[in-house]
Amino acid sequence: MSSDVHAHADAHHSADDHAGTRQGQLIGFGLSVVLTAIPFLLVMNGSLDKQVTALIIMAFAAVQVVVHMIFFLHMNTKAEGGWTMMALIFTIIMVVIALSGSLWVMHHLTTNMMPVHEMGSTP
Amino acid sequence: MTIAAGTMKAGEPVFYVVDEHDHPEGSSTMLGFWIYLMSDCLIFAILFAVYGVLGTKYAAGPAPKDLFDLSLVAVNTSFLLLSSLTYGFAMLSMQQNRVGAMQAWLVVTGLFGLAFLGIELTEFAHMIHEGATPQRSAFLSSFFTLVGTHGLHVTFGLVWLVTLMVQVKRFGLIEANRRRLVCLSMFWHFLDVIWIGVFTFVYLMGMLR
Repeated sequence: MSSDVHAHADAHHSADDHAGTRQGQLIGFGLSVVLTAIPFLLVMNGSLDKQVTALIIMAFAAVQVVVHMIFFLHMNTKAEGGWTMMALIFTIIMVVIALSGSLWVMHHLTTNMMPVHEMGSTP
Repeated sequence: MTIAAGTMKAGEPVFYVVDEHDHPEGSSTMLGFWIYLMSDCLIFAILFAVYGVLGTKYAAGPAPKDLFDLSLVAVNTSFLLLSSLTYGFAMLSMQQNRVGAMQAWLVVTGLFGLAFLGIELTEFAHMIHEGATPQRSAFLSSFFTLVGTHGLHVTFGLVWLVTLMVQVKRFGLIEANRRRLVCLSMFWHFLDVIWIGVFTFVYLMGMLR
């Protein structure tokens, strides 16, 4: 995607590495517009089943995050000797643990909580 | 290093790097800034988790359907996305050493950022005016914390943007300024990535409930 543009940029390698190409930016923008517009239209129309809509918009968000990572943040496996990718993978693992763990534990806490009317005196 | 090298006898094997190797200024900034962004990502992950847990606790107060205006959120989303694109164009102009074009794109980026903040603050003011304050329910507390933290990041991004525009005007596109501009570009794109999570999980999923 960007090797032809970077041929001249050897002097400022670390800084100019992150600019990408105009074409790449526009592709990323176009994809993002599509990936944003479809979830908004689905929710605003409300024609589909709610559960199906929720799954679709979450999938679109995940894809759009990847699109941003590639076309705007210029992530690849080789930058900084692979350490940015390592940090990203570590962060994703932490985020998944924190999010799924919190939701799981708190969901069970809520469902196993004694209903308010059985607690005797309600405040 | 020098002590280790001084006590070393000739001919003995060395199991560590004795010589300092060259670290040019700023060579580790990109990795360091990326790690900062990842730690920021963890902050947002926890705020998303809090919203995920508390986002349905309305305390008989207003629910997302009563408060959110999706067309306004769509406009806001497009402003932030456009600002990401214009910052990308600014980076391309920097690569071609076109200072004027770069500054112009940065101004456009800043204006989109300001418009985003303006709409967000209007939305907040409207909600608070209707009695949907952060104190009203756990849902609203976690909503204002999550979306407010993102808005605060955008605000600091704008301050940083103006600072860098002044820096470039005074000192030109020196190596240090290029490095700073790349860091801000990563910060700005990162905020757009977080906003994908906000509009999906807070606004769109909220309207589905």
